[in-house]
Amino acid sequence: MPGPDALLLAASESNLLAARQMMAFTLGFHIVLACIGVAFPALVLTANYIGLKRNDPDAMRLARRWSKVAAVTFAVGAVTGTVLSFEFGLLWPEFMERFGDVFGIAFAIEGLFFFTEAIFLAIYIYGWKRLGGWAHFWSGVPMLVAGIGGAFSVVAANAWMNTPQGFTLDAAGRVVDTAPLEVLFSPAWVYEVPHMILAAYMVAGFLFASVYAVGMLKGRRDRHHRLGLLIPLTIACALTPVQIFVGDVAARGVADHQPAKFAGFECIQETGPNQTEYLGGICTEDGVKGAIGIPGLDSWLVGFSTDTVVTGLNDIPPDERPPANTLLLLSFDAMVGIGFAMLALAGWLAFAWWRRRDIPATPWFLRAVSISGVAAIVAVWCGWIVTEVGRQPWIVQGHMRTEEAVTEAEGIWFVFAGTMLLYAALGATTILVLRGMARRWREQGEGGEAETPYGPAEEGAGR
Amino acid sequence: MSKADACAAILWFGATMYAVFGGADFGAGLWDLLAGGAERGSRARARIQRSITPVWEANHVWLIFILVVLWTAFPEVFAAIMSTLYVPLTLAALGIVLRGAAFAFRKSVEGLPARRALGATFALSSVMTPFFMGTVVGAIASGNVPPEGNGAAFSSWLEPLPLLTGALFVASGAYLAAIFLVADSHRAGDSEMEGYFAGRALAAGLVAGALAVLGLVALHADARYVYERLIVEGLPLVIVSILAGFGVLALLLRRGRRGLRPLAIAAVAAVIWGWGVAQFPYLLPTSLDIAAAAAPGPTLTSVLVVFAVAAVTILPALGLLYTLAQRDIVGESGE
Repeated sequence: MPGPDALLLAASESNLLAARQMMAFTLGFHIVLACIGVAFPALVLTANYIGLKRNDPDAMRLARRWSKVAAVTFAVGAVTGTVLSFEFGLLWPEFMERFGDVFGIAFAIEGLFFFTEAIFLAIYIYGWKRLGGWAHFWSGVPMLVAGIGGAFSVVAANAWMNTPQGFTLDAAGRVVDTAPLEVLFSPAWVYEVPHMILAAYMVAGFLFASVYAVGMLKGRRDRHHRLGLLIPLTIACALTPVQIFVGDVAARGVADHQPAKFAGFECIQETGPNQTEYLGGICTEDGVKGAIGIPGLDSWLVGFSTDTVVTGLNDIPPDERPPANTLLLLSFDAMVGIGFAMLALAGWLAFAWWRRRDIPATPWFLRAVSISGVAAIVAVWCGWIVTEVGRQPWIVQGHMRTEEAVTEAEGIWFVFAGTMLLYAALGATTILVLRGMARRWREQGEGGEAETPYGPAEEGAGR
Repeated sequence: MSKADACAAILWFGATMYAVFGGADFGAGLWDLLAGGAERGSRARARIQRSITPVWEANHVWLIFILVVLWTAFPEVFAAIMSTLYVPLTLAALGIVLRGAAFAFRKSVEGLPARRALGATFALSSVMTPFFMGTVVGAIASGNVPPEGNGAAFSSWLEPLPLLTGALFVASGAYLAAIFLVADSHRAGDSEMEGYFAGRALAAGLVAGALAVLGLVALHADARYVYERLIVEGLPLVIVSILAGFGVLALLLRRGRRGLRPLAIAAVAAVIWGWGVAQFPYLLPTSLDIAAAAAPGPTLTSVLVVFAVAAVTILPALGLLYTLAQRDIVGESGE
């Protein structure tokens, strides 16, 4: 019979798994809405600007409808983001107790941006009719800044977890001093922050474009749909090559700062030069099975020479190696693969525009765009799997293990199951509501813009 | 005042803003719940919806603000509260998700059954959320959160004082909401709704006052330290709250509208600051005080700097939003 200590250990291991799954699930849900929140202002303001500048009713209608969509997605994003704030404490109390005063600095700044976005989003969304055109446009600009600033703060906090610095511990492991600027600008922020902001713009851009691509495939090829496709798609495509460059810098940064994570997602078993870059496959202790291997490319990508020595898992203590190497390997490859597929899509659009000032004529282009939104979301999920699973077993790299951070509370699996049901309903309802709005807009045609996401049944009933 | 004390004051400021403005949004949900059938309650519901639509998300951010300031400036307190009161906190989080989502969805769906289901979800979760948040505050005041965390999961908050505090949170939110809705109806020239909410404000005020008196009794029994300081150091604030409460009562009975909102806000805010004064210098009475729980100096400075920035940017922006909403420049009709 196991002793009480063993039972306690088993309980905390079970909690660890439940807490990690729950965090991953709720974060994966929220990140989609967060991406829209970060990048939506740029999309809507672009449409709004075109509408005002060229007196273009199609662009204005797009801006108005997108702002109504944002009213729904921002609400869902705000509440699922709040859940994450609770989860920090409910799932990881030891982490918060020991390091809340360090990385909380980034979140305090995030609070400013969240306020800014909530306030000006409300003014923008509910100010269409009564504010003058340009005054209304400018009321939306703080949202744009807030989206980027908020993303910076949150991702800077995550970057700190990967490359922690800016604090002093006493003998008991308590934080006794902090250096806020070092916390905010830990080494990984340089690549993590732009990588995520670009990802958010790509998710929102491809996602919005994919909606109009589906509409065009159904034969709705009016100017409204073309513009609705082109504005977000152009922004997303233009940023794709920049993202691939930033991603490349990020991978080298990880190789430098977190060799265990890098060895994990590249499945490098033995330290040495001339490492093979594998595409796909299954990671085993004897190397990658069933993959396409390009000899020397991995070393070359890390140090621009096949002689570059890359750390393998053999040089990482066994209890500090990341788990689930096949998952990491496939997630990384999927993210990079999707990135290059998007680059091809961007090239296709650029070529067609250069030759004919039009989108490619074939329906295959629209089909590709119509799946690009979901593909972008999958790429973001894969990227976060690489970042977060790849950092394990650490919650704060080198300083605190995730198992030390987890709560002792009971019933985490139960709460997790309930959360999955709740979020399934939340996600399904969000999609149904947005589809219902789109259907009503189609039925109303040009004129009817009275329907609002929140709109009371009878306007002005109280007057 | 030390930096740590200043951070605690910021925490209380955030709590006041959330209790007043966030609390009123929750209270409006209670009135939505009690508005009656779809036909009968439609007018009150339309008024409620118009009043909270443009502002509820900005008001909700105060909760994030409180959480972040607490975990940054006083991480030990945050961890102790979270690891002890995880049951009511999880239920409050559930309520937050349901309230926000259902409110945003309600009028974007067609068909009465779907609207009714979402409306009921919004309304019920508007009651559940402040109630469980109140139990958290009551449990803290009772001294049921040990500084090392992992206190009793159920008996820490299933006690008279926490449960009364939960009820008081619901009632004071309903009270503020009714007062704000009286003012909004008055401004819109809707005398029927003005009278409707004035009656409810009166009822909620009396219930909140009664709960406050019962709370005082429970405080005497379960939280002696807090009680003794409240009736000595906190006495001026208690008097302010009582006077403001009676002022509101008199205005409502005399159909006065000027000063109604400031007085109602003062009545609620004075209670929150009275609680703060009564707990001082403890964050977890009587085991963990502000100085012992405080983060290192540079972190506290960061919090103060962020708050200073918020004071010159966010507060005016919030004022702008409220002003635009009050003048109907920003609102559902402007969408």
